[in-house]
Amino acid sequence: MPKLTINGIEVEVPAGATVLQACQQAGVEVPHFCYHERLTIAGNCRMCLVEQEKAPKPIAACAMPVAENMVIHTDSERAKKARKGVMEFLLINHPLDCPICDQGGECDLQDQAMAYGFDRGRYQENKRAVKDKDFGPLVETSMNRCIHCTRCVRFIGDVAGVADLGGIGRGENMEIDTFIGQALGSELSANIIDLCPVGALTSKPYAFTARPWELRKTESIDVLDAVGSNIRIDSRGPAVLRILPRLHEDVNEEWISDKTRFACDGLTKRRLDRPYLRRAGKLAETTWQDAFAMIATRLKGVAGDRMAAIAGDLADAEAMFALKELMASLGSANIDCRQDGAALDGSNRAGYLFNTTIAGIEKADAVVLIGTNPRLEAAIINARLRKRYLQGGFRVGAFGPKLDLTFPVTSLGDGPQDLVARATEFLKDAKNPMVIVGQGALRRKDGGAILAAARDLAVRDGWNGFNVLHLAASRVAGLDMGFVPGANGRDVEGILAGCEKGEIDFVYLLGADEIDTKRLGSAFVVYQGHHGDKGAARADVVLPGSAYTEKDAIYVNTEGRVQLARRATFPPGDAREDWAILRALSGSLGKALPYDTLAALRTKLTQAYPTFGAIDQVPHAAWGSFGKAGTIDAAAFVYPVTDFYHTDSISRASPTMDACLAARMETDARKTGTHG
Amino acid sequence: MSGHVDTAPFEQPASFAFTPENLEKAKGYIAKYPPGRQASAVLWLLYLAQDQHDGWVPRAAMDHIGGILSMPPVRVYEVASFYTMFNLKPVGRHYLQICTTTPCWLRGSDQVVDACKKKLGIGIGETTPDKKFTLLEVECLGACVNAPVIQVNNKDFYEDLDAASTEALIDALSRGEAPPKGSVTGRQTSAPVGGPTTLTEIK
Amino acid sequence: MLADKDRIFTNLYGQHDWKLAGARARGDWDGTKELILKGRDWIVNEVKASGLRGRGGAGFPTGLKWSFMPKTSERPCYLVINADESEPGTCKDRDILRHDPHKLIEGALLAGVGMNACAAYIYVRGEFYNEGLHLQAAVDEAYAAGLIGKNACGSGYDYDVFVHRGAGAYICGEEMALLESLEGRKGQPRLKPPFPAGMGLYGCPTTVNNVESIAVAPTILRRGGAWFAGIGRPKNEGTKVFCISGHVEKPCNVEEAMGIPLKELIEKHAGGVRGGWDNLLAIIPGGASVPLLPKEICDTVLMDFDALREVKSGLGTAAVIVMDKSTDVVKAIARLSYFYKHESCGQCTPCREGTGWLWRVMERMVKGNATVAEIDMLLEVTYEIEGHTICALGDAAAWPVQGLIRHFRPEMERRIAEYRKDAAVRVA
Repeated sequence: MPKLTINGIEVEVPAGATVLQACQQAGVEVPHFCYHERLTIAGNCRMCLVEQEKAPKPIAACAMPVAENMVIHTDSERAKKARKGVMEFLLINHPLDCPICDQGGECDLQDQAMAYGFDRGRYQENKRAVKDKDFGPLVETSMNRCIHCTRCVRFIGDVAGVADLGGIGRGENMEIDTFIGQALGSELSANIIDLCPVGALTSKPYAFTARPWELRKTESIDVLDAVGSNIRIDSRGPAVLRILPRLHEDVNEEWISDKTRFACDGLTKRRLDRPYLRRAGKLAETTWQDAFAMIATRLKGVAGDRMAAIAGDLADAEAMFALKELMASLGSANIDCRQDGAALDGSNRAGYLFNTTIAGIEKADAVVLIGTNPRLEAAIINARLRKRYLQGGFRVGAFGPKLDLTFPVTSLGDGPQDLVARATEFLKDAKNPMVIVGQGALRRKDGGAILAAARDLAVRDGWNGFNVLHLAASRVAGLDMGFVPGANGRDVEGILAGCEKGEIDFVYLLGADEIDTKRLGSAFVVYQGHHGDKGAARADVVLPGSAYTEKDAIYVNTEGRVQLARRATFPPGDAREDWAILRALSGSLGKALPYDTLAALRTKLTQAYPTFGAIDQVPHAAWGSFGKAGTIDAAAFVYPVTDFYHTDSISRASPTMDACLAARMETDARKTGTHG
Repeated sequence: MSGHVDTAPFEQPASFAFTPENLEKAKGYIAKYPPGRQASAVLWLLYLAQDQHDGWVPRAAMDHIGGILSMPPVRVYEVASFYTMFNLKPVGRHYLQICTTTPCWLRGSDQVVDACKKKLGIGIGETTPDKKFTLLEVECLGACVNAPVIQVNNKDFYEDLDAASTEALIDALSRGEAPPKGSVTGRQTSAPVGGPTTLTEIK
Repeated sequence: MLADKDRIFTNLYGQHDWKLAGARARGDWDGTKELILKGRDWIVNEVKASGLRGRGGAGFPTGLKWSFMPKTSERPCYLVINADESEPGTCKDRDILRHDPHKLIEGALLAGVGMNACAAYIYVRGEFYNEGLHLQAAVDEAYAAGLIGKNACGSGYDYDVFVHRGAGAYICGEEMALLESLEGRKGQPRLKPPFPAGMGLYGCPTTVNNVESIAVAPTILRRGGAWFAGIGRPKNEGTKVFCISGHVEKPCNVEEAMGIPLKELIEKHAGGVRGGWDNLLAIIPGGASVPLLPKEICDTVLMDFDALREVKSGLGTAAVIVMDKSTDVVKAIARLSYFYKHESCGQCTPCREGTGWLWRVMERMVKGNATVAEIDMLLEVTYEIEGHTICALGDAAAWPVQGLIRHFRPEMERRIAEYRKDAAVRVA
């Protein structure tokens, strides 16, 4: 470990560290623009110039590896002068439009100009004018402001892996652009908004909406896939104005998918803001009391085995727990959280988790994908796979139709034919192999058999490479608490078949929108949820719940990591937090649940299922048997997600997601046009 | 000193493919570089495309080259737009690049530029209406002891020019002739006028 | 004056056959096998002993540079020859490429042995289309004659030589930009470290040398390092091809001894300054990027690295650009400022933004449309660029302006005063 001196402070840093990292370790701030710890080093902005004793010129701290006995000064006259000069150069062609710039108040250039710049400009010539670009519906461009740091180019090319952006032209005329003016073809594209240190790339949907200091910032998590990306919800009054990533090294690092970021405008569309009752075939507004009274009436005399409950993909753990306990008190074992019929049961936790963990991907050396397209199902996990691929020595094989994951994939067949033999062969030299079983495999009739076949493919001494990639934010919590059929209970298929045959009279949908509601037959349907989507359309009673930004709630991601969503805004109108609705309903049914506060509910939940108590941890899941023996059908896998932008009731309500899909379709059409 | 100036709108062809002969040449260029380093041949392939496509590189050609070299199209576009010898829009049949950097300027490149403008009736960055000539100022061509210099079609240098010899050059090109390249005064390459002061003992 | 027998480039002007037969007649490819068999260390030591300093501008000792290459390497090692000659005023490599290509190819082989390289890539600037054809023809001849390729010259050493063509970018003459370009990317200089001897072309150990540095190597090895070192002054040894352009009677290239007085160089070979030595205004002695020198300095200065450094200029590429008293010297330098703005790759801030700023202010200085205080500001801006960029292009853009202000500030002030006077008249 080399030792060096920075502004008189001696520090010891790992070999291979840069001077900038050493400065950070020493607590010395070095301003910079182009450097970003998660991107390749460009060294182009020159803002991080510092003085190195005995060096003829100032050095770029971001790019200079430390050496033994280096002596660095970041605040010498020479270093200050170099920085001031760079700052002046950055500003000469930068417009003075801060008052109308959305970056204002959170702009690196603004902040650093204040701290390190001159107090006046000396540039008397005309400023450069650069044409704005069309990067699609998410990223607004104002290219006069661009300082050519190339963070966006490096992110899109390296992290997102689509090479859609480039620096076109040369010298002071270099411009950031796409090849043919198309929308960015990445599910992670909008991260360049955060990366842009100036106001050249800003959020299009959020344009001119608010200043950062007007916003209330709530740290929470995303639920639009099963990754559990850490987010910050920025709200003003009752409105969620934007969602930004929050650093979590083990989950999403500091990226989020475009859906996580921009589906939030769906939070104000098609909302269920008051209870409804179906009268004469039409849903009509009602009161909580009348709604509950109606439910009580319809439940009276219904035997437990003639009622059922299904939990949807966005349901929080507390609500599921309350619903499970309510159903139990009503004598029903017909509960299920697997809307898609995935062949997973809660019997062995390791059998339904992403055991390797997301961060653990970086330790793997090969992976076999089984019926999953991680790019569309979990864009953040796909980015981690790509990151691992870029580090070298990582092979990816896939069972399923051809995939474009932004890294090379060896096809092992469209379907699971010879799954064990082919996967074993593919992984035979791997020290830390992974298999990722997707819902495209598990939701098939032979899902249990595939699961059993996949069980031992990637398990080595001290290494668990068996992984299930979930789509639903609610799924792992549901399985953890056994929100699956009890003894002689019906699963989703059994419930729906029962409805069709008239064997089920009452169905409670907790935000369940991904089932075939036509099959609910003549059952009396209660829908508790936040959006007027498929479930509500079929319901006889609608109970308005809260979206994930409107409640304090527990979610468990695909790794089994327990995380907390936090309330940023209140639910609209008469809508309430979901656990509270169920608690109130249980009272009206005379089956009052034994908790009056969320804290009390959580205590019960944790007592019953201790994993829920380990916040933000991924406790080791014991290995056991899972899956079902059976024959495997050779039919090709069908990937569960085809439209990345619309996967749930919130994103389906989002105009921005609609615009993204339209842009993507246009780009694809143009590509086939020119290539075909 | 105006660089590439927009003159008229133009159409990008919908598709582009190398001729079989050029595809063979492309393979030859790629073979110069180690396996997996085929991107090294991108400049060669851009030249091939430019020569095949009337002196300019359409976007479809960059797509095509990206496909051959396994490069994302935007990387090819970056390269093509970075190097000044690639034209990304149509040019005339005779593409005249007049060097006006200081060594040429000291020896009268202004007069050469004026002669071209007058003779062709166009400005820098423009193409004659008959599409025969395009005029461009260019940075140092590297023939400074034979200044001023014009390069025609990215290939041949015409050196030691003045206004009269420049007009004569344009006349010859218009007539479809290919005047001998090099010094227009008949001087021995880079030797001093009147003969070398050295190497006289060498036979 | 250098005797013809001590001249290396005996076909500098192309009076003779440039092909293999002609080259052999001039002594090229003579005993190459024996030179190879003397081994790597001998080659490097001989070049070190010759005192040869890089002919591309920076003047780094060539033998020392070769010795940086790893003694053993798992990865292939490369020699990359910089034939991207683009420094305004410079056209010496052009003559080597078109008239003496075999010297370069033989040098590529011997230098390759000296650094244990498996191949040389010769990066020829795109504008040198015809020169590149000569070089390629000569390479083909050398392969056909068994001089390069498998078992080169029968020495048992396998060595390839490839010709690469650039496409119009001055910056690719910078070694790291050249490597980027050679790999099929924009010519934007890479950061150092890592240095090319550790991680260069394709991530492999690489040395980048100028054409002239490589082309003189075979003669040095044949005649001995001591012979080369006996020409010129200590630390500034050997012969050098000078390019004399601008306001001289007979612009030309000529190979001369290092350290020749500037005045003698011009008067002996270029027919003297147009209108006589007293009509001299200033000279840029080493290509566009070095500061110009006023006549008083030119009267006596010697043409080598150290002598020119002492007068705050540089030998650079030894491209002598002569300006007589008719010259608008501010415009001459402003034109160079435009050149650097045009050729800035745009990667790093001080150069991308600074070169444009310099040029725009310089254009106003040409007219005098500025204030005297702006001359100081201009100078400060050059210092804000200098030493703050990834590569040396920023310095190259700064130095000509610094030289102008150092030696011609009164002229700049005079123009400003005149412009003001004229403006006052115009207003009245």
